[in-house]
Amino acid sequence: MKPAPFAYHRPRTREEVDGLLAEFGGEAKILAGGQSLIPILNMRLAAPAHVIDINGLADELVEPALLGGTVTIGPLVRHAAAEGSQLTATALPLLAQALAYVAHPAIRSRGTVVGSIAHADPAAELPAAFAALEGEARVRSARGSRSIAAPDLFVSHLETSLEEDEWIEEVRLPVQGVRGSAVEEFARRHGDYALCGVVALAEPRAGSRIVLALAYIGMGPAPVRLELPELTASDVAGDALEDAVRTLAHEQLEPEDDIHASARYRRWLAERLGVRAARRAAGALEKH
Amino acid sequence: MDVRPRELAPISLTVNGNVHELEVEPRWLLCDVLRHQLGLTGTHVGCEHGVCGCCTVLIDGRPARSCLMFAVTADGADIRTVEGLARGDGKLHPLQTAFRRHHGLQCGFCTPGFLMAALPIYRRAGALSDDELREALGGQLCRCTGYVGIVAAVRAAAEIEAGDSAP
Repeated sequence: MKPAPFAYHRPRTREEVDGLLAEFGGEAKILAGGQSLIPILNMRLAAPAHVIDINGLADELVEPALLGGTVTIGPLVRHAAAEGSQLTATALPLLAQALAYVAHPAIRSRGTVVGSIAHADPAAELPAAFAALEGEARVRSARGSRSIAAPDLFVSHLETSLEEDEWIEEVRLPVQGVRGSAVEEFARRHGDYALCGVVALAEPRAGSRIVLALAYIGMGPAPVRLELPELTASDVAGDALEDAVRTLAHEQLEPEDDIHASARYRRWLAERLGVRAARRAAGALEKH
Repeated sequence: MDVRPRELAPISLTVNGNVHELEVEPRWLLCDVLRHQLGLTGTHVGCEHGVCGCCTVLIDGRPARSCLMFAVTADGADIRTVEGLARGDGKLHPLQTAFRRHHGLQCGFCTPGFLMAALPIYRRAGALSDDELREALGGQLCRCTGYVGIVAAVRAAAEIEAGDSAP
């Protein structure tokens, strides 16, 4: 199918985007990479009256940039650019690891990092990576700008806490530093939406203890960062980690049945992938 | 630029080196403009939601889905389609020769997408493992061949090209 007719706007500045959203708000959708929006328009699952194409914004950075201890990602940074950036490789290996699972190269050449986070699909990798890394969304409108921390951004499936006239102008992610990371997922076909996925971040604490944070993909209405109790290296190698992840998977995740897999199978995947990702993240830590 | 529903917007597309000045509705997909306005029907339209890969073209040198981009967004872009592969005298591109030699196609519907996805990588295919090569082509679906011939073809193309250019 083809998209329904819409009014098209191609602003040149972030301020012009603010103005268009102030005028058309809930009737408008922002088009960046379009790799999630255009399928929805093609299938007429949505028919916005206005499409605001931000691909014409002038003077936008096309790669992530380091500002202070934070990696800033602008609204036109494509997945491929973030994945291939030297800064991502050194400062945010988790982001590169997660991006490798996002669809396929021909999708990553157009899709944007900010767009994926704004789309807030709980089955997608980048919202989970954003939650695990405790990122911050810089949100703006004609009324001003504000920051929204990851736990406050995602409300439910494809729903964020943004007002109708607001948009995400940048995403900020604290550099990973000494923290180890890993991503695991299981999908029927590579590049497809995962039946279950998990992003793991391991942080060293005093007394050679480790704090592991997990953020799951496709296991509830919104990605949530979940911390395991402090563990030692031998705990991570043994039953203590298995028990901690099992408890978390049973108490904190809300998988659903669908035609692809049962909730019970998804929970089992969450346990196994969680343990595997946690061990790999902790293993990456030892190399520092 | 502001365009009302069903109004036409002027755009300029460079396709296979030729500049085209066009008028398009903003909701028209790049794949449809290539096929219907420019008559370049080599770009095939399969699923229209980015899964099958048949509509893959190069946009500013990178493979992308022409069904997931509005032509109006591509204003000013440099696009390469499957029609840009074979030479004017009909001599096939080395990738096309390789697909023919190695049974990289049967019905041919997916072939334009595979060729365009392989175009940026075939020269370094020798340095890629089978897993890496299959990953690079993983966004393209073929229901005929089982992919073995396609992977072999992409591996063989650089050698065919070297043979072509030998004195």
